[in-house]
Amino acid sequence: MRTSALPALALAAVLAGCQTKPPEPAAQPAPPAAPSNLSGKIAIDGSSTVYPITEAVAEEFGKTNPGVQVTAGISGTGGGFKKFSAGETDLSDASRPIKSKEAEACKAKGIEYIELPVAFDGLSVMVNPQNTFCESLTVAELNKIWEPGSKVNNWKDVRAGFPDQPLKLYGPGTDSGTFDYFTDAVNGKEGACRSDFTASEDDNVLVTGIAGDPNALGFFGYAYFAENQGKLKLVAIDPGDGKPVKPSDETISSGTYKPLSRPIFLYVKTASAARPEVDAFVRFYLQNAPALVKQVGYTPLPQAAYDLAIQRYVAKKTGSIFSGGSQIGVKIEDLLAKE
Amino acid sequence: MTATARDLPEWDEPPPEAPAEPAPAPPGPPSLHRTDPDLARRRRLERAFHRLCQAMVGLVLLALAVLLLTILVQGLPHLDRQFLTSFPSRFVAKAGVKAALFGTLWLMMLTAALAILLGVAAAVYLEEYARPGRLNAAIEVNIANLAGVPSIVYGMLGLALFVRGLGCGRSLVAGGLTLGILVLPMVIIASREALRAVPSSLRQAAYALGATRWQAVRCHVLPTALPGIATSVILALSRAIGETAPLVMMGALTYVAFVPHRLTDAFTALPIQVFNWASRPQREFHALAASGIIVLLVVLLSMNGLAIGLRNRAERRVRW
Repeated sequence: MRTSALPALALAAVLAGCQTKPPEPAAQPAPPAAPSNLSGKIAIDGSSTVYPITEAVAEEFGKTNPGVQVTAGISGTGGGFKKFSAGETDLSDASRPIKSKEAEACKAKGIEYIELPVAFDGLSVMVNPQNTFCESLTVAELNKIWEPGSKVNNWKDVRAGFPDQPLKLYGPGTDSGTFDYFTDAVNGKEGACRSDFTASEDDNVLVTGIAGDPNALGFFGYAYFAENQGKLKLVAIDPGDGKPVKPSDETISSGTYKPLSRPIFLYVKTASAARPEVDAFVRFYLQNAPALVKQVGYTPLPQAAYDLAIQRYVAKKTGSIFSGGSQIGVKIEDLLAKE
Repeated sequence: MTATARDLPEWDEPPPEAPAEPAPAPPGPPSLHRTDPDLARRRRLERAFHRLCQAMVGLVLLALAVLLLTILVQGLPHLDRQFLTSFPSRFVAKAGVKAALFGTLWLMMLTAALAILLGVAAAVYLEEYARPGRLNAAIEVNIANLAGVPSIVYGMLGLALFVRGLGCGRSLVAGGLTLGILVLPMVIIASREALRAVPSSLRQAAYALGATRWQAVRCHVLPTALPGIATSVILALSRAIGETAPLVMMGALTYVAFVPHRLTDAFTALPIQVFNWASRPQREFHALAASGIIVLLVVLLSMNGLAIGLRNRAERRVRW
């Protein structure tokens, strides 16, 4: 009982400190061959859908620009814009265009931005492979299933001729840009949707759910289908012209898969773009996007769209081409060219 | 006096009746017969309960074993030097947890410092100094409530208070403070329990010898309560190390290709990296998430091992 507790506590703290102190000293900027002399920090945050592309670009960029510290977060499209409009980030990943409220928040803080589309993400509608009757659905049928207050709980109510089987719905969480875009395209209003479906922020949970439920119907990003082809069955989408199209790299890129293929974006703060390291990073992003986007499982935009995006960036055109929400089923090149 | 004298014979009366009472009870052998089936039933019940408890423990262990086995089978193939010394990458073979590992170690250090200093001090104040009263009762209820607040709320607090309010930015210090505040109620409550378990005779003996309250606490109460306090800190850190939501909320990053060196540096942590990999479409990344979980488990176990070692040393020193 003679020993005082304080030395023991202090010892605990010191030992904990010893254990956790990074043993490696500042070995960080180990310059590889032909490094640039750029330095500085680039802060990126936003959509977890766009994150894999940003990660790939940052990884490649870091090889030739070891002095630049690029950091990226995954706080979601909305969370990312909150930090962007507070002036905390230089670039914002977004899986949907900026909303007018978010644009106003930026304006209030005097933050101008350049909107750059970087890839396509085709939202895919899936069923279980045991489902032999549902090959395609029209947008009207999707709307009937997913509209707010919908009471469609049986496949026979979806289309005359479908069997009398319960219908189980799966979809992404309401915070995701994927959910926003789907509801906008199918129900005509962002976020308007029935609420009695199995929702998960993790698309892998949806994959498992649909793969294990013969009555399932769900939607999520095409990349998750591409990785789970044997477990899921794609449903072709008929935009209303009687020609159903299945999503694939070709149909998403060419714009024939509509209205569920959406562009995903990078927003650049104009003030940050004046910094040489940010400028170099954005140019690197747009130039290398076609190859890198494919590697991480997304569909690249047509080259023409990347060219237009670069032009847009070089000309420092600020603002959004989607003032007032996503434009459903419009070709991205046409939108960019319109300006 | 007279009354008691008169009562005495009445008092004595029951004894003669007493032997009469056992008499109606059946003789030895039949009574054994009567209790025997009851005993067997109780023994059966006892055995059944024993089995039930065993089965429950088995079930828990089985679930844990399945979980660990899946993680090990999935994660071990990727777990090598390269995994520990690389930064995030889009290629599974090149990706690693270096930044996340150091981020987590830094965070734990800061969280432990905050939890030990503030938590133990608050517990000592509440248990040894504060006078019972309405204010004290209100504080107590509030701390108990804070322990039940969802962790993401602490993330919001961290974002508003540390990241923006105090201008710490999305730095290690902001992350450490957020996690520290998150576990503080747990540390305070458990440390108070430990202090309360110290017999008050110990304090009184110290006071009797002229010790001040501070001397009694420093030399006698704290050393005796140290093992309990250490346990509370271990539990708190074990919770903090796995937290993802508050960190993502306060703006911790995912792609960090450098090791943080200063408290003001940006950081990522192991659970964030695991979460990111687990939610990727590509199955190979899911295996990488399992490898990350193994690293997290090893860090957690070695941290706990160290703390338990320290605790045992402290326990040995306590002599009555």
